[in-house]
Amino acid sequence: MYRYDEFDAGFVSDRVAAFRDQVARRLSGDMTEDQFKPHRLMNGLYLQLHAYMLRVAVPYGTLSARQMRKLAFIARRYDKGYGHFTTRQNIQYNWPALADTPAILEELASVEMHAIQTSGNCIRNVTADHFAGAAADELDDPRPYAEILRQWSSLHPEFSFLPRKFKIAVNGATRDRAAIQTHDIGYQIVRNSAGEIGFAVYVGGGQGRTPMIAKKIRDFLKIEDLLAYTQAIVRVYNLEGRRDNKYKARIKILVHEKGLDWMRQAVEAEFEAASRDYIALPDAEIARIKAYFAPPELPARASSQKFAARRESDPRFAGFVSTNVAAHKIDGYGIVKISLKPIGGIPGDATAEQMEAVADLAELYSQAEIRVSHEQNLVLPHVALDDLPVIYDELLASGLATANAGLVSDIIACPGMDYCSLATARSIPVAQRISERFGDGPRARDIGALKIKISGCINACGHHHVGHIGILGLERKGVETYQITLGGTGDETCSMGTLTGPGFSSEEVVDAIERIVDAYMALRNEPGEDFLTAFRRLGMQPFKEALYETSKGADI
Amino acid sequence: MALWKNGSFTTDAWRTIAEGEDAPPAGHVILPLDWWLQERDAFANSNAPIGVRIEPGAPIESYLDDLPRFALVALAFPKFGDGRAFSTAALLRERHGFTGEIRAVGDVLIDQIQMMERCGFDSFDITDATTERLLRTRGAPAYSKFYQPATGAAGDAESNGGSRPWARRKA
Repeated sequence: MYRYDEFDAGFVSDRVAAFRDQVARRLSGDMTEDQFKPHRLMNGLYLQLHAYMLRVAVPYGTLSARQMRKLAFIARRYDKGYGHFTTRQNIQYNWPALADTPAILEELASVEMHAIQTSGNCIRNVTADHFAGAAADELDDPRPYAEILRQWSSLHPEFSFLPRKFKIAVNGATRDRAAIQTHDIGYQIVRNSAGEIGFAVYVGGGQGRTPMIAKKIRDFLKIEDLLAYTQAIVRVYNLEGRRDNKYKARIKILVHEKGLDWMRQAVEAEFEAASRDYIALPDAEIARIKAYFAPPELPARASSQKFAARRESDPRFAGFVSTNVAAHKIDGYGIVKISLKPIGGIPGDATAEQMEAVADLAELYSQAEIRVSHEQNLVLPHVALDDLPVIYDELLASGLATANAGLVSDIIACPGMDYCSLATARSIPVAQRISERFGDGPRARDIGALKIKISGCINACGHHHVGHIGILGLERKGVETYQITLGGTGDETCSMGTLTGPGFSSEEVVDAIERIVDAYMALRNEPGEDFLTAFRRLGMQPFKEALYETSKGADI
Repeated sequence: MALWKNGSFTTDAWRTIAEGEDAPPAGHVILPLDWWLQERDAFANSNAPIGVRIEPGAPIESYLDDLPRFALVALAFPKFGDGRAFSTAALLRERHGFTGEIRAVGDVLIDQIQMMERCGFDSFDITDATTERLLRTRGAPAYSKFYQPATGAAGDAESNGGSRPWARRKA
């Protein structure tokens, strides 16, 4: 993992001291809320429906056990004993008191964390594959590049007042687990014909009210040019992006309106004209940053007797393994997905005790490393299969052994109208009821891989556009109404979901989802054909028929 | 309005000419860019210092040839959130070698001043009352560690922050 040096630590502590001073001025009445707003937003502090909300950056979703313990401490001491992991691999605290926020930032700084740039029209937390450094299908670890981008984009003097927020994701594996094609810039690590490692560059993806799949702007970018090329893209966007309408201000609209060719020409011209010397990445410096992310020394292990025996004798353990353990690049190890989607629970929430339990497990069994996934789950990246039985037992004791990773009840949901001032409908209760309907037992396993994603408004924080089944909560004449989309995915085959037709009331929506799932079960080729594949083969029609056969929905 | 420059408020040697106002072809006037583009022949035989006011969105190419003639370029911030002029200033310094004064005019807030300096601005026409009060009582924020190189005078006053080519430290 990356460790701060004296420079990094000083950078953060200087900003914490400044924020402490700004909060004091706000509390004494020296500053109005309006004057305070730009200061608090620079430090990730939002004003929500009921209280301030603090969003803490978890760079590219990587946490140490020590950092996780600090997050638990903050949840207990300054919040209501829990935190909420988000779709951008961050954590949010929903109930901090304004007067406490400087102390929280100081606590975070003590474990090399901060909340800088988790809001505002700047380059946000850079995200990456949550299996980085462990995945069997990885070409190169994306985290060193994400870390370099994180540093370079931190309080950038030229790019802190962009037309709109700006999100960058980096993926280093064959499977795209970082959803790079739904980002403002997506970097996919590739190998060119000469065998060199570099990036394929995607630009202009995004969700929100105008979902767009990113377009490939460059087939191959040398690693040394990562910052220079990023600067070129962001500079073109800063100068040319629309500022007349905040809903048309993201780079995806610029790329869409001017066209990819225009964008490519503008970016390449800027890239060529820039004097690149001062931000070219020298090999030695890349190697220095990479050393922080050196793979742990894991001796390959023979097949595990303990693991095999438990799997044989305990069907619940076997079920957990089949859904929640992924292939590791080293034999005898696995990647454990810890679902934060207990049946009937709030997606992404974890209590202080659960955070501490995960920190303990990471320390004992996973090289003290934890990941936060954009699917709002936690990950233990380096686990010996021999240790899986004891890890499972511990997770069970902490209420963290829900065996539903990637299944129908592993639902992404935004906070919705329960917390958010932008929301037009509730998301969490819908997620809870769907999760209760399908559970994490044999039925859910039989249904197989199925991603349901729920947003409580058109801004799409719950990523409904890329849900295999997407649900969008709207308000119609004072009543919550839910539209359904099918066939979306954020992976390397990225596609946006298609609207089924009229929406459903809160009472009807769970039955509607069940009719879709039942139709899939009846129509799939064999159990091996997952929902998305079946939908792509069958098209919308059979699902439409199943959906509207008994209910015509509410026209919205 | 008050002019902040080199860490203190100072008297402004320049007069800003509004759109449509008649300007004498004397020196130390800041002209709207359109005005300049239409009337520049009137200044053909004058070597009086000329400034020009640029609204965000005006392409640099439209005044690039005249750049050596300007002693001052005032870049406008119609709203503090409109950050286009940060890039314009950086380009004027870095790419086009402009060495005259770059002035920020319009909605300039206290937390932006150091960032503006690091993009090549060197004077600030302050209209926001809170920013003026804070500058008078506390001065501008002066952080000393950065993850990006600065351009212009700010860049000259910074040294490398260790082995990272992108990091800088204020001397």
